[in-house]
Formats: sequence, structure tokens, C-alpha cells
Amino acid sequence: MSTSRTSKASQTSPASRKALVALSDISKYYGNVKALDGVSLEVHAGEITCVLGDNGAGKSTLIKIVAGLHQHDGGTFAIEGEETRLGSPREALDRGIATVYQDLAVVPLMPVWRNFFLGSEIHKGRGPLRRLDVEEMRTTTHRELLRMGIDLRDVDQPIGTLSGGQRQCVAIARAVHFGAKVLILDEPTAALGVKQSGVVLKYVAAARDAGLGVVLITHNPHHAYLVGDRFVLLKRGAMAGSHAKDGIALEELTRQMAGGSELEQLSHELARTPAPDLSGGVAKG
Amino acid sequence: MSAEAPPAEETIASPRPVRGSLPRRLVGRPELGAVVGAVAVFVFFSVVADAFLQWSSFSTVLYASSTIGIMAVPVALLMIGGEFDLSTGVLVTSSALISSMFSYQMTANVWVGVGVSLLATLAIGFFNGYLLVRTNLPSFIITLGTFLILQGCNLGFTKLISDTVSTKSISDMEGFPSARKVFASHLTIGDVEVQITVLWWFALIALATWILLRTRAGNWIFAVGGAKEAARAVGVPVERTKIGLYLGVALAAWISGQHLLFNYDVVQSGEGVGNELLYIIAAVIGGCLLTGGYGSAVGAAVGAFIFGMTNKGIVYAQWGADWFKFFLGAMLLLATLLNWWVRKRAEESK
Ligand SMILES: Nc1ncnc2c1ncn2[C@@H]1O[C@H](COP(=O)(O)OP(=O)(O)OP(=O)(O)O)[C@@H](O)[C@H]1O
Ligand SMILES: [Mg+2]
Repeated sequence: MSTSRTSKASQTSPASRKALVALSDISKYYGNVKALDGVSLEVHAGEITCVLGDNGAGKSTLIKIVAGLHQHDGGTFAIEGEETRLGSPREALDRGIATVYQDLAVVPLMPVWRNFFLGSEIHKGRGPLRRLDVEEMRTTTHRELLRMGIDLRDVDQPIGTLSGGQRQCVAIARAVHFGAKVLILDEPTAALGVKQSGVVLKYVAAARDAGLGVVLITHNPHHAYLVGDRFVLLKRGAMAGSHAKDGIALEELTRQMAGGSELEQLSHELARTPAPDLSGGVAKG
Repeated sequence: MSAEAPPAEETIASPRPVRGSLPRRLVGRPELGAVVGAVAVFVFFSVVADAFLQWSSFSTVLYASSTIGIMAVPVALLMIGGEFDLSTGVLVTSSALISSMFSYQMTANVWVGVGVSLLATLAIGFFNGYLLVRTNLPSFIITLGTFLILQGCNLGFTKLISDTVSTKSISDMEGFPSARKVFASHLTIGDVEVQITVLWWFALIALATWILLRTRAGNWIFAVGGAKEAARAVGVPVERTKIGLYLGVALAAWISGQHLLFNYDVVQSGEGVGNELLYIIAAVIGGCLLTGGYGSAVGAAVGAFIFGMTNKGIVYAQWGADWFKFFLGAMLLLATLLNWWVRKRAEESK
């Protein structure tokens, strides 16, 4: 089941490099609302592609197409060069695309190990005695989490008792364990403090080093710049830029993300407010 | 927070997962409230009613418990799966009516009626589930609709076909004795007379517990009730799971319905209204959360046992039947409070 831990062969020869996932000129409508228009994105093995944008820019919509929750209305979506249209999250998973959602990553009241194996349970026995291999799943969960540095003594505790960062890590560990080739993370650090964000980003990097192609969605250009190889900027459903890491500096990324001139306008407005310590901080950003 | 890389010794210290301490695990069990309640109710009636502690009373209590318990167990699974069914009470009656009237009208072997009733009851369960997953309306509304429709059909068709409020006797028909053996007989174990419904009940508890804790389907039931979208995102077939749960309820309604028919020979068409709440109450006392995702089949069975003890205990104590509702209400509140507290613990630091 979990044998296909991705080889790193695909990274070595740039000529034969085929994108794991390639979206080009994708558009998507919710009724009359145009959520995406002409968006392109490539995911390569061993690379982190960051998708940045303001609230409502269409980031979640974009990855829901890749994850099989939605279907695109225009453009092409190819997995390893083969054009596809995914009908369900199950299909995406079977094709090696795993998604970790900020809000719907886990089932809070279920034990950690049941969450870890949800949808990919291990069985033993045959016929009417075919049953879940509870011991195997408990030990595997414990071992896999330990590999990520989470030492849970009791994998039977409800996953809701873990911290937000730990829950994200469990979801990432699960994707890596089940041999995902592409890992999609929707704002994994949005609700986390600095320290926990760091822990999650570490595992995102670990997943990349294991050879996975990662799509990281975030509001935070600082987090993106720490781990990203490519940056795709979305603005009201359209592409506002696509850069390789060596083609853009953090300051520029931050500026573009905040909408350049809009930020200048904002800092101008804020500069007139009487509080001096505040205006100093904003003018710098 | 332990997400930091732990020191190496600690890593070696726990190569295998450890189970939590016994008291902590007990507190984490959904049945805890029900078991504590059952012991309290048992002790209470043992003290106030002398007749309560006799074997014959025990057998009566078990029988009363089983008539509710057979339905409470699948209803609990449905609630763990995050849905309600208000049509269960009248569905039992429908199932009995279909069986009886089909047999009588077609003058066939009663087993034919029993079989037709199984198919029809499952179809009604499927209808509930299918409508739910297609429309995404609250199951409360959908099954309230089926509840009213079935109630109307039960009364209307019975009146139309047999011109009274009850069905005709089918006791002289072929297959009746054997069907009665299966659905409404009793056997004697030692000094205790055990109704066959008790065996059906125990079998359902065992089956439901096995499904919940040891099969993939059980994992899915907890998941679709606890966080439907999260479950869908990791590939759980949410629709199939929910429809399956309604089919389970229908299967138990069929068993209950056949007991009703073969125990009394005739079926009153107005029967069953209100029982759906008893099943839900038993499941909630047994630790099922109204919001889904948590609970157990054993808990619901203990909830049904509390129902049985209270129902009969009040008779043995020679009190008015009015007090029965009082006890049931008090148990419901106490058990729900305890469950609320457990859930708060489970979700704290979320
Ligand atoms: N199910 C839906 N039905 C209708 N409109 C939707 C739906 N989901 C998203 N939208 C709309 O599509 C646009 C893009 O939404 P999306 O959730 O993709 O944004 P986002 O970039 O993920 O935002 P955020 O940073 O707030 O998560 C928004 O205008 C939103 O209102
Ligand atoms: Mg979003």
C-alpha cells in the first residue's frame, strides 16, 4: 500500500522533467461568479510551489480542482503529462494527490490512529472474520509520527486534544506515509503561532526532501519565502505573477502580494494617524 | 508541546504506543454514563421493590429492554453517523402491517409476506437515506416527513383493506408456527425464561459493536458523523455510509415489526407512534452525541436496559405509571450532562 515512496530520479535530469501536475489557463465559475480565470500552475517533484493571494483570490478554489473536490470549467489539467478531470477526492488520492485542509484535515473526536488510517484502513483475517488490524495501525501511527518528531504516547486519544500544529503534522505524515506524490496544503500555518508554524514548515520541507511535489497555500509571504521554490500570485481569480525564487526578493514578493500601490496608499493613510510607534512599523513594510 | 524534536532517550523509551491509564480510558468511554446510571437504577429498585430481584422479574425487564433495544442499537449507529430518524417508531408498525396484509390478501405462506415486508422496509430506509444524501436537507425534516407519511399509510391502508383499525388474524395460515418460533418464541435457560427478542437484541449489539470497532465501515461511520467534509476529503464514501446506516435501521425495524406481528397475531395500525423518541433517548443515555461522531452500540443497549428496568420497576414498586416518564426524563438529563462533560474533556485544548 505504502510502497511507492517517490524516487528522486525525476529530479536528476532536467531535460526529462515532467511536471507532476500541470494546470494551464484554468477557469472556474460558481454559478455566475468567476472564481478563476486563466490560471496556470506547475508542480514538480522535490519542489515547493507557493500560491499566494488575498482573501477570496481563488486559492482554495484552485487547489480544490487539483484535489478532486471541484472540476474546472476551462483550460487543461494534466497529471504527469496526461490530461485529466478528477471526479472525487478518492480518485485524486489514487493518483497520488493528497490534500491537507486547514479546517477539515481531521475528525476531532476520533482517536489519532483512526484518523491516520481513515479511508485507507489495514485489514487482517478473511471472510466474515476480516477485520481492522488495530495493533498494526496503532504501532504504524506511533512510528510514523515519531519519525516526524511527535512522540505521542497514547495514539488512542482523540485527535482534537492535539495542538493545531500537531494536527497539521499528523495530516502531513499521513499523506507522506500513503505514498502521495503531490502534497497540497491549504494555509497550514494560518491559525498557528510562530513556533508551531516553524514546526509545520519543517515538515513541509521534509516532505519536499522525500521527493514529493508540494503546493503550499498561504497568506504569509514570509512563510512562503522560507520554503518556496516557485511563487504564484493570484488576484481576484487571475494570475498576478509567477516567479522562481531567484527571480524575486522577499520585499518584492510582499509588496506584490499586498497589491503594490495599494500598500503605499495604506501606509500614506496610516502615516497621518497620531500614534507615532505604529506609523513607523507600517512605513517599513 | 511535544511536536518539538524529542530527546533521543525519550524516543527509545517508547518504541510502541502506550495505552492511557485505566481510569483515563474509562472516562473516555461513551458508555460510562449509562453504566453508572444502570447500576443506580438497579440498586434503587432493588431497595424499593421487593419483587424486582426475582428471576421472573428479571426476565420481564430483559424482554421490555429488548423491544426497545433492538431498535436503539441501529439508531445509535445512525446518530454516531450524524443523522436522525423520526420514522423508526411507525416504520416498525408498517413493517408488521405489510407482512400481515400481504400474507392475508395473497393467501400465501406467511413467510412470503415476511420476505416482502423485508424488501419494503429496506426500501423505505433506502428512501430516507437517498433523499438525505441527494438533497442535503436535515435528516430531522426528511424523516419527520416519512414519519407522517407512514403514519397516514398505516392507518389509511389498514382501514381500506380490513375496514377496521387492526389487521385480520393470520394465525391459521401456513408458516405461522415456524415464523412465530423465529420472531416471538421463548426459551428457558435455568430458571429464567428468555424471550427470543433478547437473543435478537444481543446479536444486534454484537454485530453493531463489531462493525463499529473492527471494520472499515465503523471507521467511516464515526468519521461521517464527526466531520463529514474531512471524511470526504480523505476518500470516505459519505453517501454510501449514510444510506447504509438507514438500511441498518430498516433491518432492525423489520425484526421488531415481525415480533409485533407474530407475538400478537393481529397488528394495531396506530401503534408505534412515540417509540422513535424512546430509541433516541436510549441512544443518548448510552452516550451518543446528538451532533454525531461519538457513541457506542453497547451504550445504547445499556440505555435500553435502563428503560426496561424503570418501566417494570415502577410496576413492581406499585407506583403510578406517571412516574415512569419522570424517571426517564431525569436519566436523560443526567446522562446528557455527563456526556457533555466528557466531550468537553475530549475536545479541550483544541
Ligand atoms: N462554493 C462556492 N460557491 C460560490 N462561490 C464560491 C464558493 N467557494 C468560493 N467562492 C467564491 O470564489 C472566490 C474565491 O474563493 P476561494 O475560497 O477560492 O478564495 P481563497 O483565495 O481561498 O480565500 P481565503 O484566503 O479567504 O481562503 C470568492 O469570491 C468566493 O466568494
Ligand atoms: Mg481559502
